[in-house]
Amino acid sequence: MEDIKVFGLWSSPFSQRVVWTLKLKGVSYEYYDEDLANKSNLLLQYNPIYKKVPVLVHNGKPISESMVIVQYIDETWPQIPLLPQDAYERAKARFWSKFIEEKSMQMMEFFLYDGERQERAIKETLDILRVIENESGLSEKMFICGNTIGLADIALGWVAHTLPVMEEIVGVKFITIDAFPHLHSWVKNFLEIPVIKNNLPPHEKLVEYFRERRKVFLAMASHHHHH
Amino acid sequence: MATNDLKLLSTPSSPFALRVKIALNIKGLDYDNIVETMNPKSDLLLQSNPVYKKIPVLIHGDKPISESAIIVEYIDEVWKNNGTPILPSNAYDCAIARFWVAYIDDKWYNSSRNHLVAQNEESKKANFDQMEEVLLRLEDVLNKYSEGKEFFGGDKIGFLDIGFGSYLSWLRVTEKMIGKKVLDETKTPALVKWAEAFVAHPAVKGNLPEIDKLLEFAKGLVQRMAAAACPK
Repeated sequence: MEDIKVFGLWSSPFSQRVVWTLKLKGVSYEYYDEDLANKSNLLLQYNPIYKKVPVLVHNGKPISESMVIVQYIDETWPQIPLLPQDAYERAKARFWSKFIEEKSMQMMEFFLYDGERQERAIKETLDILRVIENESGLSEKMFICGNTIGLADIALGWVAHTLPVMEEIVGVKFITIDAFPHLHSWVKNFLEIPVIKNNLPPHEKLVEYFRERRKVFLAMASHHHHH
Repeated sequence: MATNDLKLLSTPSSPFALRVKIALNIKGLDYDNIVETMNPKSDLLLQSNPVYKKIPVLIHGDKPISESAIIVEYIDEVWKNNGTPILPSNAYDCAIARFWVAYIDDKWYNSSRNHLVAQNEESKKANFDQMEEVLLRLEDVLNKYSEGKEFFGGDKIGFLDIGFGSYLSWLRVTEKMIGKKVLDETKTPALVKWAEAFVAHPAVKGNLPEIDKLLEFAKGLVQRMAAAACPK
């Protein structure tokens, strides 16, 4: 009997990557939602380096960093593979997965600020989206690097449903059909995947959560500005 | 002309390019090493890596692959029957190796670089402390996972050995510049032994940059960054 535990946060895009991957593969697990203000002893024991979610614990062995976990799950449970068979295609998929993973925090920065700093952050998000739109092969394929959902799509998934929540609160819209036709289609296709559709945090709850976060971020930004 | 049709776009000072060279050596593969001046960047580089415009890039036939860790995984998969395996055979050990290489490329890369170019003592110390923390953690990892063998990968050098070993020349340059040990046998004895074994390894040996040349390069880099830094 496999013992699989996931320590996550229901609202976290990084946690969701792990949940989606396990669900896609049909793997059962115990889920523990963490209160980040009051981290459990188990979490701190399993991820002493970063003390962050998500963490996967498989038969007592912990793994952290969302995309490392996702690759581990993909390799351990090969059904519904998230990487192509061909080595070059795999390298491309890993490349995009890494690019997206690296840029994700930066893409969210617009949510932390207002005024001029936010304007710069919005431009950065647009630049990053443009690279994905133009270079990642979405013009030829339904998903990044393939016609089925893969590693890079899992990495980008938060853009399909968490980004719109942030956009709603801040009053911007990034992925319009005119500006980003391929990404626009990708969002639709991603959200139509049954496992994804059935494993999204409830929209209203997410809006409420991020509304509160927005207040906290703006207070922090204002404090630094006046320092 | 290389029989496997492999080209590597590299620079002599890059630890990331060094990772790829080591991987190619482990697999016994010939390749054309194309040294990029980076100023200006060649058309081949810009075409092969339009997203980052950085080296290393491995071009296999007409297929460009970027990002050193990804290139190493590619080499390991395509030539899995050559030489010795680079990634561990089981998924958990792979996850551990990938985790630590990502950690190194974040924490070590940033703190060692920032330490080098830091404009004040406070910043230098903070970065040095971070570097020490990385070394202490890697000492733990080495003791825990090598099972008393020479390398992180066991008897043979593997993904994590290459991941951190590629930074050793720069580490030596830092030691020369500050006149102090960074890798210290009183603090991280296992890592000191590991470093000696790594640089002596046949797949690594002939490919390390000359420390004196690297030192000159580093000094030039520091000067340029100091000139570019905006006074607060």
